[in-house]
Amino acid sequence: MIEHLPVLLVALPIVGGAVPLVASLFTDRVGWTVATLTMAVHVALSALLGWRVWTTGTVDYAVGGFEIPYGIELVVDGLSAIVVLLIGVVALGVLAYARRAGPRSNATYALYLLLVTGLTGMTVTGDVFNLYVFLEITGLAAYGLVASGREAPAAVAALKYLVIGTVGASLYLLGVGYALAATGTLNMADLATELAAVGYDSTLVLTAFGLMIGGLTVKVALFPLHTWQPDAYANAPDSISALISALVSTVSAYAIGRLLFSVFTVDFFRAVPEARVALLALACVSVVAGSTLAVTQTNVQRMLAYSSVSQFGLVVAGFALATPMAVVGATVHLVGHAVMKGGLFAASGVIERETGATTLGGYAGLGGRVPAGAGSFAVLALGMVGVPPAIGFVGKWFIVVGAVEAGLWPVVVVLLASTLLTLAYFARLVERLYFAEPTIRDEAAVADGGDRPVSLGMTAVVVGAAVLAVALTAAVPAIEQVLLETLPPLLEP
Amino acid sequence: MQLDLLTSHYNYYAVVVLLGIGLYTLVSSPNLVKKVIGMNVFQTGIFLFFITLAYRRGGNPPVITEGGGPYVSPLPHVLILTAIVVGVSLTAVALALIVRIYSEYGTLDEATLEDLYYD
Repeated sequence: MIEHLPVLLVALPIVGGAVPLVASLFTDRVGWTVATLTMAVHVALSALLGWRVWTTGTVDYAVGGFEIPYGIELVVDGLSAIVVLLIGVVALGVLAYARRAGPRSNATYALYLLLVTGLTGMTVTGDVFNLYVFLEITGLAAYGLVASGREAPAAVAALKYLVIGTVGASLYLLGVGYALAATGTLNMADLATELAAVGYDSTLVLTAFGLMIGGLTVKVALFPLHTWQPDAYANAPDSISALISALVSTVSAYAIGRLLFSVFTVDFFRAVPEARVALLALACVSVVAGSTLAVTQTNVQRMLAYSSVSQFGLVVAGFALATPMAVVGATVHLVGHAVMKGGLFAASGVIERETGATTLGGYAGLGGRVPAGAGSFAVLALGMVGVPPAIGFVGKWFIVVGAVEAGLWPVVVVLLASTLLTLAYFARLVERLYFAEPTIRDEAAVADGGDRPVSLGMTAVVVGAAVLAVALTAAVPAIEQVLLETLPPLLEP
Repeated sequence: MQLDLLTSHYNYYAVVVLLGIGLYTLVSSPNLVKKVIGMNVFQTGIFLFFITLAYRRGGNPPVITEGGGPYVSPLPHVLILTAIVVGVSLTAVALALIVRIYSEYGTLDEATLEDLYYD
């Protein structure tokens, strides 16, 4: 039983997702319960899997018993174990938020579990085509969930997301085709050796690298491929924004890291330094452009979405630096960003429900009116800026140290400047929350917020996210150890 | 020599033309349904690319027989079968969204929609 853990983690949410659909024939109220039970088991199983990776190292699994490299292989190393656990915990946490906040239909929870399936599959797979399939499963579920918003613009945002996302995934598939043409294999470990044998300067290999990484950067929403993201996040229901903002781009960024270290390997970076420079340049542009766009926003949820563009620039920069320090930093920031951004979206949802405020101006003086929501929002926002002891500080610090070790001073300057820009848009919000005169009249707020009360679960989720954003700092040494022990060799500083 | 390259790789040219037509339609067409069709054409270009990779001159179907000789690679066909299924689901979701957009806004023209959307 225990040796089947990797495949169980993928199969469990699919089966769980089918239950509410069938149950819809009889009752319309079981979706949330089934999803919660499934996710609870998912978290338990991923913790068990994480424990196995911690004690015995990388776990390999041949799906259906087919001989590797002909069959599909699932590989769980330190990086995947961390991300799988993150998926489970965040998805379970958001369910606590969704109990009152909705959406409520059985079909939505079937999609919710399908999204978890896709994300888990992307994380544990060791096969580049299998990664494409799970990428599209994730995409399909995400498009459906974004469209589940009650207002009409949600459908427009979802269609925009679908078209851009499909082009990104298709480019990735084209890249897989080039890799297949060069080597004749799809297994990641096999590709690593075969690509080296073909020669890293071969046109086929270079094109495959460009298309695969380029396709995934669309899904991660790096500038200038981010245009779908603000619309999608701002129009989806609050619980869905929290889930998608926390996980979908995160797992795509994880996939970039996986390709860099397990498929192309750091030897590719040594042989073709231009590829590394190009990726770093894209990441740095994203960091600056994302923050700048965020500063110009007045709608809080759109601002949070643009902030993601910048934060994922940081993560990709960390992966592209590929030194041990930077990769640990990128992983820590990946986990930290998921917790903090999910929490921020949830907190903005709580504040909106209590007061009806959605814009920067509307947040004025709400600190006392919504103590738990505003307090958590402030803690998470400061964590995102990188104020110690929050986890946002540790991730950024490690990435910057990695850049210093690599001697890439322009990157160091960009990373430090980005912290200032992040401070520019978050400090402004926190200042409004606590030190400005209220602008929204109380009567209007009660009329708007009164019929959509904030449940204990919603408050618990935002406070929990704030606590976790600080507490996770204690887990950094463990993350560092499990990464450095199980990841393929990284660049020497 | 040059002419040989031109005539022997015509399937690759077909791939490039399909990808180009698909992307162009996707970007330039104001009509949402045409955009989705452009997306389909783009994906079809990629399917053709994989099928082209599998082809061997004078190759037989991948069923092992005596003296069967060179076989066509079955792997890309299997991959593309999966990718076609993915493509069909995406098209279905896209069309469902388009139906909803039409019933809400009464238009499929992107420019009109943007005006309504950002009001």
